Amino acid sequence: MAEVSPGLILIVGALLVPFLRGRLCQVYLVALSMVAFLHLISLENGAGGQMSVLGLSLTMLRVDKLSSLFGYVFLIACFLATIYSLHLRDKIQHVSGLVYAGGALGAVFAGDLVTLFIFWEVTAIASVFLIFAARSHQAYRAGMRYILVQVGSGVLLLSGVLLHYRATGSLAFEHLGLVSPGTTLIFLGFGIKAAFPLLHSWLEDAYPEATVTGTVFLSAFSTKLAIYALARGYAGTELLVPIGAAMTAFPIFYAVIENDLRRVLAYSLNNQLGFMVVGIGVGTELALNGAVAHAFAHIIYKALLFMSMGAVLYRVGTIKGSELGGLYKSMPWTAVFCMVGAASISAFPLFSGFVAKSMIMSAAMKEGYLWTWLILMFASAGVFHHAGIKIPYFAFFAHDSGKRCAEAPANMLVAMALAAVLCIGIGVLPLWFMSILPFEVPYAVYTLDHVVGQMQLLLFSALAFAILMRTGIYPPELPSTNLDVDWFYRRLLLSWVNAAGRAYAAAFDALAGIAKGALGRLIGLLRDQYGPDGRVTRTQPAGAMVFWITALLGAALIVNFI
Amino acid sequence: MTPKPDEKKYWLDDRRNVDRLVYGFYVVCAVIFAIDVFVPKHGPFAIEHLFGFYGWYGFVSCVALVLMAKVLRRMVMRGEDYYDG
Repeated sequence: MAEVSPGLILIVGALLVPFLRGRLCQVYLVALSMVAFLHLISLENGAGGQMSVLGLSLTMLRVDKLSSLFGYVFLIACFLATIYSLHLRDKIQHVSGLVYAGGALGAVFAGDLVTLFIFWEVTAIASVFLIFAARSHQAYRAGMRYILVQVGSGVLLLSGVLLHYRATGSLAFEHLGLVSPGTTLIFLGFGIKAAFPLLHSWLEDAYPEATVTGTVFLSAFSTKLAIYALARGYAGTELLVPIGAAMTAFPIFYAVIENDLRRVLAYSLNNQLGFMVVGIGVGTELALNGAVAHAFAHIIYKALLFMSMGAVLYRVGTIKGSELGGLYKSMPWTAVFCMVGAASISAFPLFSGFVAKSMIMSAAMKEGYLWTWLILMFASAGVFHHAGIKIPYFAFFAHDSGKRCAEAPANMLVAMALAAVLCIGIGVLPLWFMSILPFEVPYAVYTLDHVVGQMQLLLFSALAFAILMRTGIYPPELPSTNLDVDWFYRRLLLSWVNAAGRAYAAAFDALAGIAKGALGRLIGLLRDQYGPDGRVTRTQPAGAMVFWITALLGAALIVNFI
Repeated sequence: MTPKPDEKKYWLDDRRNVDRLVYGFYVVCAVIFAIDVFVPKHGPFAIEHLFGFYGWYGFVSCVALVLMAKVLRRMVMRGEDYYDG
């Protein structure tokens, strides 16, 4: 037992779910993440679960501060998402949610690249059912695009691992760095899952199409698994700094004009990943602490935000900003929890985001990344603007849409309340939180200049929002589709494939025409020779035969006579 | 789903209360901006030491963000069923 990955507890445990019913099933679902959590805290640092497969030595379980930190937060997220989805009778979602979380945990504790790859693919395949489970045409198509990209990331990872193994003879998942074609392919595989700029659109495409509860699971695992993998394999890779900075900045423009509020959250998820990627790229101990602390805090507040928007979708039936507003009257608790999540993602002092983001900002500043720091500040202001204000404002306040509904179900409120408590807990007790970070770096979060600077940044962002809103400059929420990188494969590539298909069909028709003509002529020729009236097979009347025999006999007689 | 005509009036339903909130917020902004005088800054970047840097940087950022997003919308916005057609 001691050498079992906590991920396997969830994956194997999920197999029993289809056989359980009612209350028992609910208790079992909640207990499963708790058992896995107890198992995790009982594990000692070090490697375990070694086995030899096809001559390769694999390590199923590598426990250190980095993997444990992600293990804790993945299990917390799984626990919260399970409670949030307890009202569901849909076994497919329960099983795929658990297997997905288990896959992500398995990957985090993988000590070698092959084990990592296997669990990497488990997360891809298990998670797509959370999208399909929405059972709509759009969800089916988005799910198919999602699984193609996810498996593609796995293929890049596997190709990279094979090249790396051939070059070095090692499968260990330690620091890799961009040093060879193999490690570059692995980097790209991680990059797709981390939603690097231009490789990102699967995230904004698929997450908002998943079920109410599925999106909560999705928001926690895939991308943060990639962040873990980058922190493990590519810490201090300079290239990650500009990549991360670009990631923080560009999605917020889309977030401002997006109407589907869960898609707004997907864009802001992408932006938050950028902060982590910058932290990994800067690579100092403080920066890495900041990156993984941010991943930890982010998983919880992002889940909270998706839970609150999911509750709105569940009760109202739509999540379009243009159709919502005034819901604080019907769903006051959901509104409060949403604002806690919004304050956390915006990094208000005393909320979790502030603790984590301060570390990344300070690290970037300390290492002299002026432009990166300015972009991160711009992005921080932008996050508050689109996630911190826009989400609660358009859903719960703005103009009253006249929609009235019941408050979210009790299980959803419990999950949101727990997440909110964690968000505030981390913000209020940062020292306790910082003790589980990988490196021991003394860092004072609540200094006067940090707090005042951040409050100025946030309040003046809100001021800009208030002024733009009251002067009517702020772009209204409009029902729309905004073109992103996915346009290239959903439209351009599709139109090329269609054009190629049409060209192929035309060529086929032309060739078939030629072949048909030739075949027709051949048939005509054969028919001439062998048909009913053909020269060869024509039936001759008996009289003609008698005539010719008579003629031959006559001729013979004449010849003999002469 | 629709409000009843005799529904309870909320405090925020009164436009004047919203205005009061907003004006109160302006005052808070002014105060937090002025506090800058008393805050010692330690960072290595000269720009951070400008008076009220975080305040005006946040304000300018957000206005620029929104104005640029409006331009972006003109380029990328399509009908809601764009991909379903």
